[in-house]
Amino acid sequence: MLKGTLDVLVLKALSWGPMHGFEIATWVEDRSSQRLEITDAALLQALHRLEERELVTAEWGETENGRRARYYRVTAAGRAHLRTTAAALVDEFDAVVSVLALKSR
Amino acid sequence: MLGKGIRSGVKRLFRLPLTSDARAAADADAELRVFLAERVDYLVRRGMPPADARAEALRRLGAPLSDTTLLLHASAARRERHMRLRDMMHDFLHDFRYAIRTLRRDARFAAFAALILGVGIGATVIVFSVANALLVRPLPFQDPDRLVWIENGLGAGLSAQTIQVANYLDYEQQNRSFEGLGAYMAFYGIGDTRLSGEGASARLSVVPVSRNFFPVLGVQPILGRQFSAEESLRWNGPKVVLLSNALWRTRFASDPGIVGRSITLNDAAALVVGVLPASFDFGAVFAPGTRIDMFVPFPLTDETDRWGNTISVVGRLKDNVTLGQAAAESRMLGARITAAASRRNEFDPRLTSLREHVSGRVEGALGVLAFAVGVVMLIVCANMSNLLLVRATTRRKEMAVRAALGASRRRLVRQMLTESVVLSSFGAALGMVLAIVGTRAVARLDAVALPLLGGVRIDPSAVAFTLILAVVTGLAFGLVPALNVPAAVHEELKSSGRAVTEGKRGNWTRSFLVVAEIALACVLLVGSGLLIRSFLKVMEVDLGFRPGRVATLRVDPGAGWTTSRERMNAYFDEVPTRTSALPGVQSVALADRLPLGSNRSWGVAAKGRTSERSDWQPAFVRVVSEGYVGTMGMRLIAGREITIHDGPKSEPVIMINETLARALWPGEDALGKVMSADGDRRVVGIIGDVRHLALEEGAGNEMYIPMRQTGDFPAVNLVIRSTLAPVSLGAAVRNALQSVMPDLPTNDLRTLSQVVDKAVSPRRFITLLLGAFAVFALVLALLGIYGVISYTVSHRTQEIGVRIALGASSGHVQRRIIGETLALASAGIAIGAAGAWLLGRALRGFLFGVTPTDPLTFGAMLFVLAAVAVLSGWVPARRASRIDPIGALRSN
Repeated sequence: MLKGTLDVLVLKALSWGPMHGFEIATWVEDRSSQRLEITDAALLQALHRLEERELVTAEWGETENGRRARYYRVTAAGRAHLRTTAAALVDEFDAVVSVLALKSR
Repeated sequence: MLGKGIRSGVKRLFRLPLTSDARAAADADAELRVFLAERVDYLVRRGMPPADARAEALRRLGAPLSDTTLLLHASAARRERHMRLRDMMHDFLHDFRYAIRTLRRDARFAAFAALILGVGIGATVIVFSVANALLVRPLPFQDPDRLVWIENGLGAGLSAQTIQVANYLDYEQQNRSFEGLGAYMAFYGIGDTRLSGEGASARLSVVPVSRNFFPVLGVQPILGRQFSAEESLRWNGPKVVLLSNALWRTRFASDPGIVGRSITLNDAAALVVGVLPASFDFGAVFAPGTRIDMFVPFPLTDETDRWGNTISVVGRLKDNVTLGQAAAESRMLGARITAAASRRNEFDPRLTSLREHVSGRVEGALGVLAFAVGVVMLIVCANMSNLLLVRATTRRKEMAVRAALGASRRRLVRQMLTESVVLSSFGAALGMVLAIVGTRAVARLDAVALPLLGGVRIDPSAVAFTLILAVVTGLAFGLVPALNVPAAVHEELKSSGRAVTEGKRGNWTRSFLVVAEIALACVLLVGSGLLIRSFLKVMEVDLGFRPGRVATLRVDPGAGWTTSRERMNAYFDEVPTRTSALPGVQSVALADRLPLGSNRSWGVAAKGRTSERSDWQPAFVRVVSEGYVGTMGMRLIAGREITIHDGPKSEPVIMINETLARALWPGEDALGKVMSADGDRRVVGIIGDVRHLALEEGAGNEMYIPMRQTGDFPAVNLVIRSTLAPVSLGAAVRNALQSVMPDLPTNDLRTLSQVVDKAVSPRRFITLLLGAFAVFALVLALLGIYGVISYTVSHRTQEIGVRIALGASSGHVQRRIIGETLALASAGIAIGAAGAWLLGRALRGFLFGVTPTDPLTFGAMLFVLAAVAVLSGWVPARRASRIDPIGALRSN
């Protein structure tokens, strides 16, 4: 995955509503039709990092299975960050795609 | 979306406050555990066997479990630290904004507090800066810690402290302690040199220095070069000079091409070989209160050796040698050199570090000032504490409400402390302005004979000191009021609508603070009273001459007059004659040295008693013309003054002072006796003692030799007693002497009163400063008493109303309140008097003519303090006596 992609994906997931770590993982896997597989350790670290940068906040809440989990919620700053980095990322992928799509001689 | 405050409230509900990394780690563990459990559940729901699901979940982690745990611990800890910091910043900003808001609401209080604090902090920073420049900052030389001051230990007076050239040369050759020695000729004359040519001619001061004087100090010319060996071969050799930076800037407009130019000094051409850096100020280090303009080479030869003790010496220690070792070696060498050369002067080298030599004299004075500002700051803090305590009682309700809304006591205390630190920061800002102005003023005190004053300025260390001071004082005076924040919130709220009766504790604290203020103010008042009385005593000292309306000016004979004794004496006829013809001039005389200036001494003895070394006494020499005694307003005790007839062809005569008369002929009449001093001379007059060294010091042996009978005088000063103002006098003398002495510089014209002023300038400096601190302390104490008494009155309105309603007269009420004031004041004065007694003992070295327990000073100062206390209690007492009982009872 390109640098920064994981952060954007997490923020994107959270923009749909508060989730705990595993919900974010399944959300990304499902929406990408299982083509993107996130490393769980990296995901949890990313969450800590995003919280440190105040792009998300966390609260303890209860999961559907009755466990106490940290629920993350995207902040206003997080939304702004998502908009700009997502656009930049799309641009970048587009460029990569157009280069790779060139027919070889 | 949830509000920030509520969100943090929720956080607090579900989570213990995170105070450590361990807590963050536990959180991270819980999160990881749940994550894995959720994934296992998910996989099992999809039909995977639990064991496989577990393995799959661990695989999906992407790293071994233990590694993941460690990584998450780290990231969680970092996150928590970051958030804690942010919370603190957030709280602080909140407290800060809140403090600004409350202070703005009470702008008069804030301004008043900032003023008190500003004056206190300003004074402290000024004293810090002075101490910093004089004691802490390294001397402006290379590696100044290795520099040593070496002087002769033969007694008082410059002649007994300087060293003979040959002794110096032997010492330089034989010692193993020093990397190098450098010397300057200590008998340089202030204003000896006349610079003419471009612009008005001016008197300059030139110091002759040995060739390695600047290299030993590590001072490099910024332009040009040091003196060469050939230039240092003989006295009156090739005329070369090094310019001080100040002279180069002011007189030569910083001309970069000055090196190699020829300038005219005493009507002869001299070559400028270099310019010294601005950081090197000879006067500031070696001769406080004087300005040195130029340096010339001083040869260390037989020629200069014959002049006797003339040089002061600076040495640079070798790296591995301590001052103690060098001193021990020097003692030994001194004895050896003295023993080996019996025809030379004695040599007894005494070593001190240069730093000690330069600032050692002022350490005591600075200690006193530092103590004084410390006391002032304590009073300021006590005063501020009191003010805030009063504020705190009126704000109890506000605090109670905030506590009820969920603010912890700790949070409230922090809020109060933030307020006081904000206040003290305002004060510090004002104090900084005062300190900048003050240090500039101090640095410009050219007339004050204290070393290194020109270097006093606000530097980064002073700024840092101010910042620390602001925080520390803020915390110091804020602590008591902050801890006074109510613990029992509900009581406070219940009492709503009633006048809050404050506890005994608050009252006691306030009284304690006021007593402390009075005591501290008392210490300062008595201390400064002692210094002021000393100062007055010094000014009352019988100088032995009357400085009023006497002015002096250098009139050294120029080229053409010095060719023979006859020419010179003709000059001594011309100058007084022409000057005394000026309107307004009463009398005129000439003298080589004036009181309170530089001095030199010779050995003298009664004729016929000259064989033993002990028969010889050092005596200060003055070479004077006829009329000197009268013009100076000195007293002729017996015999006659020297006259114009005491010339080269008549019998050599001399006038001596009473002390010398007693020393040479104890119990006999000295008049008419003959003494050995510059040949044999008959004593024709006995003169009253003159304070030549300092106002505080006795005269010592003094003698006066007729100018017409000797060629040995280093300078010629014109002394004029007149009714003219100094400015017009200068121009008049210049015109009158035009034909004898063309282009006479008058920039050195001084009145004797100025000379006396300068001699007492260090004493005046410290007396003024301490006096100012004492007055400030007194005002603060007054405010403190006033504040407490009027507070008590306003909170006892009801009680007083009842008393009045029950028939107490207004006089009775007033007496009661003034009585309370006096009780506080006398407690403070009693403690303060004890403190002042201690300070007086510490001040002993600065006192003159008064004892440390001077009853007059103590009495007067304690009376002033008591009077001020009564006055400051009287205003609220009057207010109390006019309380309308009906209104007071109805008011709640």
